[in-house]
Amino acid sequence: MYFPGNFYPLASPLMMTAVADLPVSSAATAPEAFDFDELLSRVHAIGRDVLAVHAGDVDRRARFPVESITAMKEAKLLSAYVPVEYGGMGLNMIETSRLCEAMGQYCGSSAMIYAMHCIQVACVVHHAQQSAYFRRYLRDLVTEQRLMASATTEIGTGGDLRSSVCAIEVSGDCFTLTKKAPVISYGEYSDDILVTCRRSTDAPASEQVQVMVRRGEYTAEPLSTWDTMGFRGTCSSGFTLTSHGSTDQILPTPFNDILSQTMHPYSHIVWGALWTGIAADAVNQARAFVRAEARKTPGETPISAIRLAEVDLVLQEMRHNVYSLAREYNELLSSDSRESIHGFGFSIRTNNLKLSCSQRIVEIVGQALLICGIQGYRNDSKFSLSRHLRDSYGAALMVNNDRITKLNATMLLAHREGH
Amino acid sequence: MTDAAMQSTVDISAIRQVLAQHGRLTVDVLTLDEDFDLYGAGLTSLATVGIMLALEDRFEVEFPESMLSRGTFRSVSSIAEAVANLTN
Repeated sequence: MYFPGNFYPLASPLMMTAVADLPVSSAATAPEAFDFDELLSRVHAIGRDVLAVHAGDVDRRARFPVESITAMKEAKLLSAYVPVEYGGMGLNMIETSRLCEAMGQYCGSSAMIYAMHCIQVACVVHHAQQSAYFRRYLRDLVTEQRLMASATTEIGTGGDLRSSVCAIEVSGDCFTLTKKAPVISYGEYSDDILVTCRRSTDAPASEQVQVMVRRGEYTAEPLSTWDTMGFRGTCSSGFTLTSHGSTDQILPTPFNDILSQTMHPYSHIVWGALWTGIAADAVNQARAFVRAEARKTPGETPISAIRLAEVDLVLQEMRHNVYSLAREYNELLSSDSRESIHGFGFSIRTNNLKLSCSQRIVEIVGQALLICGIQGYRNDSKFSLSRHLRDSYGAALMVNNDRITKLNATMLLAHREGH
Repeated sequence: MTDAAMQSTVDISAIRQVLAQHGRLTVDVLTLDEDFDLYGAGLTSLATVGIMLALEDRFEVEFPESMLSRGTFRSVSSIAEAVANLTN
């Protein structure tokens, strides 16, 4: 669960490492003429053959979608956002979002896990390549297809990502860290977890760093379970995380910058994309239902087709919003002048995307349900929209929309210029 | 404008009072060194919105978007400089 942090332009340029600065001597061979459309087709095939097959069981039992994640690993999708010089696919923000949308059509929980993993990968790719440790990690991520999770929220901070209670304790080259995290999505199944904490025991709550803790170097004692309405397969239980490791595992960029430059925009874009996938699948089911109706009365457009036309419009708007911001962020990342990533304008637009998408998904799935009628309401029908509807209500709650609206209200007090 | 001239035009104690009221800082800002890094004392960007609004009210100025940077709110002296620029 994420929370936007720093909204102001920084005086200094972005700390992201320029690709030119990176050692490429040990780089893996780049794949020849990468074909994204071909990759997208493969992801759809995995979606049909694996994600969709197990989605019902994952949802019913609130279990980790192990089949989905295994299939993603086999297709090397966990390193899709890792630059080519480390052996990854080197996808950009827009392409990564399209993969998330595709997966969302088959299993919301699997897509959410994939999206959250990609957010953590992006934190390392954007903010830790200046470290030899993390360059090696990125290569390991490619070969071992390691699953990354995140522990940001903490008991005692009231959901504010920009403050920590726990602090990293450093002794020589080693650290110890204990965090009471009310939510660590798929924490039991991840290989590595990025944990936020105070920089030192005497640092204020807002002076945070992000530390990577590795499987085998932490213990997780359960604090809470995950039996929710939707996104049941994300297994987002709470844990007391007790970890140790080397100080190399501390990301070399202050968390404040990681949050504002990457975690905040990246997460709202990939979430919006996978929610669009869930909404698109609901519309597809409604379309199949309308078509079946139309076959009964050839030559006559059924009334439900009008509803379908209306909901299709909302879906188009939702998708357009996601990719509009994805393109803007992608351009900001690749431009020399990245200042506006920190500006109020971009931050407000990012929050607006989340607010809008989380409302649209409920609206779209609700409309699809009206079209499918009792067949959509049933759990035992091929048109069932139960999981879609339950998943869709989670969108407004993961980072509560009221909190985001209040943040925008505050920022708008200072933001004076138009977009 | 020299530093000394700037100091004379801006009421530093008023800035300190604004910071004490709206900064949510972990230090006593009334006795703080003017160049102390406020971000190191827990200042967040969200808190700077309140500081900005209070400064606008107190000094009857308006911060343009271009001045809403991390650098502007870094220390008592950087805020004083910003306010001086706006009032002159």
